[in-house]
Amino acid sequence: MIELRNISKTYKTKKGEFTALSNVSLTVSDGEIFGIIGLSGAGKSTLVRCINYLERPTSGQVVIDGSEVGRLSKKELLKLRRNIGMIFQGFNLLEQRTVLRNICFPLEIAGVPKDKAVQKARELLELVGLTDKETSYPSQLSGGQKQRVAIARALASDPKYLLCDEATSALDPDTTRSILELIREINRSLGVTVVVITHDMKVIDKICDRVAVMDSSVVTEIGAVTEVFSKPQSETAKKLILPEIRTADSISGGERIRIVYNGESSHTPVVANTILSSGVPLNILYARTKDIDGRAYGELVLQLPDDSRAANRVKNYLDTNKVTYSVLEGGAGNVRDTAKAVG
Amino acid sequence: MSEILQKLWDNGLLMLGIWETVYMTFISAFFSYLLGLPLGVILCVTARDGIRPIPWLNRILDLLVNIFRSIPFIILMVAMLPTAKFIVGTSLGNKAMIVTLVIAATPYVARMVESSVKEVDKGVIEAAQSMGASDLRIISRVLIPEARPALTVGAVISLVTILGYSAMAGTIGGGGLGMIAVTYGYQRFSNDVVWICVALTIIVVQLIQEIGMRVARKTDRRTA
Repeated sequence: MIELRNISKTYKTKKGEFTALSNVSLTVSDGEIFGIIGLSGAGKSTLVRCINYLERPTSGQVVIDGSEVGRLSKKELLKLRRNIGMIFQGFNLLEQRTVLRNICFPLEIAGVPKDKAVQKARELLELVGLTDKETSYPSQLSGGQKQRVAIARALASDPKYLLCDEATSALDPDTTRSILELIREINRSLGVTVVVITHDMKVIDKICDRVAVMDSSVVTEIGAVTEVFSKPQSETAKKLILPEIRTADSISGGERIRIVYNGESSHTPVVANTILSSGVPLNILYARTKDIDGRAYGELVLQLPDDSRAANRVKNYLDTNKVTYSVLEGGAGNVRDTAKAVG
Repeated sequence: MSEILQKLWDNGLLMLGIWETVYMTFISAFFSYLLGLPLGVILCVTARDGIRPIPWLNRILDLLVNIFRSIPFIILMVAMLPTAKFIVGTSLGNKAMIVTLVIAATPYVARMVESSVKEVDKGVIEAAQSMGASDLRIISRVLIPEARPALTVGAVISLVTILGYSAMAGTIGGGGLGMIAVTYGYQRFSNDVVWICVALTIIVVQLIQEIGMRVARKTDRRTA
């Protein structure tokens, strides 16, 4: 279990102090895939580096499996890090070493005899599906292959945790999907607890169990992914989850509502029924279905008429039929104003 | 062909000159790297953005390197003769010249090494840190191996620079092509001796350059 307790991190710059993290607390349970999402500059990369003390928090405690990381001696810290694998956006492979020797590298550090290290590395190459690339150098591999090697390398010391820092941000959508599947498989089959940092909601949807939303050095929301997706509470979460919907902002007219339904409720023709029973014409601004953690979710943005009485009839119908919806406040201008106020 | 050139060729002095130049250059380069490589690594590692920042040490070493680098070699050479005498017991001959060459070349080599090691991707260093590698391990297993192509190119440049220095050392008691060009060519108005020395120097430099660059290219796995 990883516990972050009131973590703050400030940097001293020439222009004064810069706060990267402000009083962040969260807990990652064993066996889960925990996502941290935020726009660039939100502090998520700093936060993940506080877990293995690549960044030393200015205040607060990091507790991993009951031991406080800040109190460890240098030697103990190095040993702890072998239990926390890490992969990066830029892959960070050793360019002058073959694929096999890259994977052997953490074992070399841990003092594992060479023949044992090579054997372990070959097993991992098989796991990530790159058995034929053993003697290749990183420059001869594609981005997806490099990340697979990096994953194999991160797993070489049999870590309990795996930290992924924007691991798919440099990859195309297909490769991203296959890398995410690999990470999920590692989580399921090896029981490795995974912390995923990303700015991309699709990554969270695809593999995470729980998610923390970050904005301007603070965590604004933590919860199960399905929960946060269907009922985002914070402005940041809304911004990240509803990016496409904002493009519909320019359309003038009445209030906009967002309905999210899961596999079970999608049998009922919600829109048709609403229109028929309330007698109000509705404008569909946006609709899609999406796969979150293996379950199908539908998302719909409707525009209500300007007439507030007609709009209320629609809302009443939805309320009485227990359809969850949220009212999207304001237009594009408003969203931007909020962002400014927070930042 | 002048009489002097004929004589130099017949008594083997010209061949000896080539040998002395090559030998002084490589021996000096060897000792310069023995000192300059660790110095360069320390400069890089203790810098503010290095893996173990030690500001005071970095500042002192940086200043020392700068001081030695800013003295013209011909002056440094003369100034270091007492030091040479102290270390090898004489201020004349190739041994003494090697001492002065090493003193002059070490700061140069250190800067070469520093800039090569600085080029190593910060992300790769961070990855090694995340695996629990100690600073010493990072130096020996990441910084130096990953910087190897740049270090090789740097070594070629250093060799050529030291070869240039060694020619100057010929004017104050060292051997080699520099000494032959000055003593037999310049001082005895024998232009062909000078030109032969120039041509031979060019050939030696070309060989070092060509072989060195080929090694650097062949061993760089980023382009293999």
